[in-house]
Amino acid sequence: MDFEYAPAPESRSVVDIRPSYGLFIDGAFTDGHGEPFKTIEPASEDTLAEIATADGADVDRAVAAARAAFENVWGPMPGRERAKYLFRIARIVQERARELAVLESIDNGKPIRESRDVDVPLAAAHFFYYAGWADKLGHAGFGADPRPLGVAGQVIPWNFPLLMLAWKIAPALACGNTVVLKPAETTPLTALLFADICRQAELPPGVVNIVTGAGETGRLLVAHPGVDKVAFTGSTDVGRQIARSVAGTDKRLTLELGGKAANIVFDDAPLDQAVEGIVNGIFFNQGHVCCAGSRLLVQESVADELLERLKARMATLRVGDPLDKNTDVGAINSAEQLAKIRELSQAGEDEGAERWAPDCALPQRGFWFAPTVFTGVAQSHRIAREEIFGPVLSVLTFRTPAEAVEKANNTPYGLSAGVWTEKGSRILWTAERLRAGVVWANTFNKFDPASPFGGYKESGHGREGGRHGLEAYLNV
Amino acid sequence: MSERLTVRKTYKLFIGGAFPRSESGRSYVVNDGRGAFLANASQASRKDVRDAVGAARKAFGGWSGRTAHNRGQILYRIAEMLEGRRAQFVDELRATGLGKSAASDEVDAAVDRWVWYAGWTDKIAAVAGSANPVSGPFFNFSTPEPVGVVGVVAPDAPLLGLVSVLAPVVATGGTAVVVASEPAPLPAITLAEVLATSDLPGGVVNLLTGRRDELAPWLASHMDVDAIDLAGVPADGVAALEEAAAGNLKRVLRPAGDDWSGEPGTARLTAFLETKTVWHPVGV
Repeated sequence: MDFEYAPAPESRSVVDIRPSYGLFIDGAFTDGHGEPFKTIEPASEDTLAEIATADGADVDRAVAAARAAFENVWGPMPGRERAKYLFRIARIVQERARELAVLESIDNGKPIRESRDVDVPLAAAHFFYYAGWADKLGHAGFGADPRPLGVAGQVIPWNFPLLMLAWKIAPALACGNTVVLKPAETTPLTALLFADICRQAELPPGVVNIVTGAGETGRLLVAHPGVDKVAFTGSTDVGRQIARSVAGTDKRLTLELGGKAANIVFDDAPLDQAVEGIVNGIFFNQGHVCCAGSRLLVQESVADELLERLKARMATLRVGDPLDKNTDVGAINSAEQLAKIRELSQAGEDEGAERWAPDCALPQRGFWFAPTVFTGVAQSHRIAREEIFGPVLSVLTFRTPAEAVEKANNTPYGLSAGVWTEKGSRILWTAERLRAGVVWANTFNKFDPASPFGGYKESGHGREGGRHGLEAYLNV
Repeated sequence: MSERLTVRKTYKLFIGGAFPRSESGRSYVVNDGRGAFLANASQASRKDVRDAVGAARKAFGGWSGRTAHNRGQILYRIAEMLEGRRAQFVDELRATGLGKSAASDEVDAAVDRWVWYAGWTDKIAAVAGSANPVSGPFFNFSTPEPVGVVGVVAPDAPLLGLVSVLAPVVATGGTAVVVASEPAPLPAITLAEVLATSDLPGGVVNLLTGRRDELAPWLASHMDVDAIDLAGVPADGVAALEEAAAGNLKRVLRPAGDDWSGEPGTARLTAFLETKTVWHPVGV
């Protein structure tokens, strides 16, 4: 079969990237006082813009602005008025969807098809969903008149920059809190464009503040005594440091951390559908997904057949230009992440697993990693235990349902899991035993603002999304 | 005629459904409200903490797998057994320094608290769970599940405080390792006798007596404890325990100066629940 496609690039003309960006504090862009840094395009390694770094004094200003906005404007505002601001924001995100999608793909490296069809629509939907809660909090099951916490310090990762911003800001604002948000160092641009969306929505100054910078800025923010609530999405190691840093304070904490999800395929599963689910589970967003189905657990009797079909499917994946509408797998987000994926993949080979990747031409410039599968993986291997956060699948086998559950749960993580079988009772039996916050049965990597998301064990505390997601931002 | 000499009780630990002494062989003196000798309580050690956590982990699968109705029956049975021993608990509370009516009120409230939580076991999932209207052809539901093994540093209200922090953990299917009040540990061990005769499976509740400063850090840092309730920890001790708890990202319930006589609400139930969300496509 010939899978040649003509290039179908999305136009960049819709975005206007400025040469440099400041911090968004109290409704205006201001200079940062730390050493500025550059954000680069992962697909080309070209510099996109110079970004300000917030130092301690800048974080102070941002927290003070958020505090003033909380006390004077946003906190006292009736819920129905807050709701209308959030509906406005949702609408503007929809109106500027193409611009956001292209900018996200340029800055992050993810395929335009994904930023256009997943990230941006879900971000808009998240604001729309939580907008409706703002004047109905008394009906959410947290008491008649639950109060906001105050100022939320929020730190988000680079894998879904705009979507994670929406997950953080929408519920916080709906509940009456104000926020200081730090986007990831490698993907600040859509958050800075969001600042302009706040301006267009005429959101009162100080309700949303965006401070950019590296890990140190994040540390300053979560440790700031003026912050009442810390919300973090990122690695388990950083999550642990944050948990230690808020110990002994009155700060509330929610953490959405790493994962090593098992995707379990039973022998009666519809194999072609399972293959699509496996591919979506681990190669979606280059595998830069905390809930990625990175451990395939396949029942021994169908393992050979499944792997044959999986490899055939992987051979059709198109790796390359994120702005090409036919691209399935885009660029790895950074040189640092690429090095980590390479290092762990090498460890997989060194520990005796068998590595396979389709023959695919990778571009010369930029950060790329071919979709890769390891077979013959043991539970003790690093590639079965550590989060790779890349397009690398580890395959293990099992014989009985009990063995599948035991292997699936044999990890300190507990974010997500997948189950593939035609038998309803087996789905429920397995789902009941999986120690994971999200279980996808005969599907994978589905997200919705109405659906709570978050982990067991070392995958973090608290839930984002749905009614459950309100709890993190209310004084209950 | 000489007066009959009382047969005293040896106060031991409660681990895995049995009443062992501390493996350390240590004990400490417990005095009554006026400073007179009451008993030598076991002074549990780090290894006792580990044994208790092991017992709680072993019991978790079975207990969380019981039907909610069955857990409710057992919690109600605990209330029945406690009611039957009212007089004994009133005496034990009076020995800690409470007046007669205060002691009697506290026992009544403790019995009622078990009844309150017995009734919650088969309702909390309906209140805390949901069917979620997602935008697509999927059935999507969220249901609460017990977090696992919960470490509990019990407050000094020796019966009502203890019951108020313990009952919500086991009501939802969690298992507990409790560090009892250090100055007034005896009612906790007597409560263990109630638990042991209420069809509560061994290991669901494990009670340790001893030095809170010694035991709480081991509980907070134990990698097989999923959550910790710091209700009985003095304000200056919270930070270090919370830091230790970060090692495996335990869920931490900070002390909030609770008034144990008030209406409990559902906060302590939900504090030790995880929400699991399951998706399935809808189609023919």
